[in-house]
Amino acid sequence: MTAFYGTEIASPLMLGTAQYPSPRVLSEAFRRSGAGVATVSIRREASGGAGSGFWNVVRELGLPVLPNTAGCHSVREAVTTAHMARELFGTPWIKLEVIGHADTLQPDPFGLVEAARILVEEDFCVFPYTTEDGIVAGRLLEAGCEVLMPWGAPIGTGLGLNNPYGLRTLRAQFPDVPMVIDAGLGLPSQAARAMEMGFDAVLLNTAVAKAGDPAAMAEGFARALEAGRLARAADPMEPRDMAAPSTPVLGLAVLE
Amino acid sequence: MRITVNGETAEIRSATLAAAIEELGYGEARVATAVNETFVPSALREGHELSPGDRLEILAPRQGG
Repeated sequence: MTAFYGTEIASPLMLGTAQYPSPRVLSEAFRRSGAGVATVSIRREASGGAGSGFWNVVRELGLPVLPNTAGCHSVREAVTTAHMARELFGTPWIKLEVIGHADTLQPDPFGLVEAARILVEEDFCVFPYTTEDGIVAGRLLEAGCEVLMPWGAPIGTGLGLNNPYGLRTLRAQFPDVPMVIDAGLGLPSQAARAMEMGFDAVLLNTAVAKAGDPAAMAEGFARALEAGRLARAADPMEPRDMAAPSTPVLGLAVLE
Repeated sequence: MRITVNGETAEIRSATLAAAIEELGYGEARVATAVNETFVPSALREGHELSPGDRLEILAPRQGG
C-alpha cells in the first residue's frame, strides 16, 4: 500500500464523515468499507460542545483523520483553519482546499500553491485538493507537497473521472508521487477505474453518505478499489481496435 | 465589554481569552480559537487580552468530506 507522508494506510479509501443520516449509519459505513482514513472538518461551536459528540464517534473509528479546510476561499482563511485543525485533531495532516469559485468549487490554483508553501514551512503534511493541471501539480511539489489530490469532478457531483486524458497525463508526469482522486466520484466503477489508471487512493463522501444504503455503497467502493488495484498490479492487456480470436485457430475442423 | 463571538454580539466581563471561553460556557469543550482572524493556540489564551470589538471565533470538530 502507498505511504502518505510516511504513513501506510490500511485501505485506499479515504472516506468523508459528512451528510450521513445518523452517527450509527456513519460508523456502519466505515466498518463495512474498511476505510483507511476519515476526513473531518472544523466549524463554529455552540456553547455546550456539540463537537465533542462527533469527535467521540470519529475517535471510535480508530483511523487516521484528515482535517480539511473546506469552504475557505482565501489563503489566509485556509492557513488559519489549518492551524486550528492541527490543534483540535492533533495531526499535521491537512487536506488543503482553497476554493476559487462558489458554483464549481474549483480549486484556486494560485491561492492553493501559496497556502501550501506557507503550511509546508510550518511543518504541515499538505494534501492539496487540486485539478489535473500538471503545471500546478509541479508547483505544489516545488512548494513541498508530497501528495497530490486531483479532482475527478467537482465536489458532490458524482460525475466520476471527467478528464481521463488529463488524469492519465498527470499520473504519467509524476509517476512516483502518491496521488489521491479527491471529489466527484459517484459510483464504485469510477473508483475502480481510478485505481486501474494507477492512482493510489480515492477520497469521497457524498457518493456513500447520500446513497440509499450508505453501508452497502461503502462496501461496494471498497471492493471496487481492491479490484482496480489488483488489475493495475496485474499488468493489464493493451486494448486494440481489431478483433483477435481467443480460441485457437489452429486445429479448427473443416465442416463445410 | 462587547465583542463578537462566532458572528454574534456578546457582552462579556472577562479580560482574557481563556476567561472568556469559560464565561461563554465552553468550559472544557474541545475548541480552537481565533481572534480577529488570527489563530490563538490554547496555550496562549491565558495571556491573550481581549479588547472591545474583538472578533472571536470558537471552532470544534465537525463532519467533513
